[in-house]
Amino acid sequence: MAKFKKGGKKETPAISTASLPDIVFMLLFFFMVATTMREVSLMVDNTMPAATQTIKLEKKSLVSNIYVGKPTSAWQGAYGTEPRIQLNDRFATLQELQAFVAAEREARKEEDRNSITNNLKVDRTVTMGIVTDIKQELRKANSLRINYGSIKKIGNN
Amino acid sequence: MVKKTPEINASSTADIAFLLLAFFLATTTMNVDSGLYRRLPPYQPDNTEAPKYAKRNILQVLVNRNNQLAINGELADVSTLKDRTIEFILNPNNNEELPQKEVKTIELFGPVEVSKGIVSLQSDKGTSYEMYIAVQDQLTAAYSEMRNMKANEKWGKNFDQLTTEQQDAVKAVIPMAISEAEPKNIGGK
Repeated sequence: MAKFKKGGKKETPAISTASLPDIVFMLLFFFMVATTMREVSLMVDNTMPAATQTIKLEKKSLVSNIYVGKPTSAWQGAYGTEPRIQLNDRFATLQELQAFVAAEREARKEEDRNSITNNLKVDRTVTMGIVTDIKQELRKANSLRINYGSIKKIGNN
Repeated sequence: MVKKTPEINASSTADIAFLLLAFFLATTTMNVDSGLYRRLPPYQPDNTEAPKYAKRNILQVLVNRNNQLAINGELADVSTLKDRTIEFILNPNNNEELPQKEVKTIELFGPVEVSKGIVSLQSDKGTSYEMYIAVQDQLTAAYSEMRNMKANEKWGKNFDQLTTEQQDAVKAVIPMAISEAEPKNIGGK
């Protein structure tokens, strides 16, 4: 027969917290991997319009961003308040757009070059003139996939 | 005799890790880019002539620099654009004024009527981008509603639940035909 010990009052041992750092580290690594730091600092106002039918852009590595908007207050002294195009970390003119598209293409792997999507992040206050010009330049550069950046609007229809 | 070094107290690693974690939690923006996807037509030199279409096959959508919308020349509200587009493309009563249909054989569907309707969207250089997106949004909504309708008729599912082949078939039955005219410059800038 087994012997059962009746130990009377035994204090419950403290739960070991030795694995706590490991758990936290795991979480930490998850966030470090999932985080995408913004690569460019915005020099233009960029509040995108809202739309109901937005779709998510897959494959971030195949997206090249074109920002359009009014220069932020820090840059207004030098660049005025007219809407401008920002490519990477500087202001650009329309003529530079084709070179930018070529450079973006060059930076991708050969098999991906034709599937680059140009993400037009345009401020909602901008007028269509500059957007149409950009679209014309993109057509000339034969980079035809575009995405009108907009925020998902939740609501009826 | 070598003196044993005392073990370093590791109980604070948790705190350090928590600090780092809090930092990353605070700075993380898991924003996914979203928007309305479009494919531009290839570039054509200025001297090429635009193809001609019958008047009944074109739904003319105009947005002027005061952000007013006109459908076939009549002022209209943006919220009506979706229904107008659906009525135009589907032409349920085979109206003489609305687009012709062409019978095409499409995989998975067999011979079906495909509308020849084209939405012609023209904006002014002074049109605000917000208005333009609102119009594009309505048009996208119209097409996705029609595709959902076709998908439900055939498979009893919504468009985005279909397989890729089925989606392609539905896309062929309801092709997205939005043509953007060369911009007008009336309003200036």
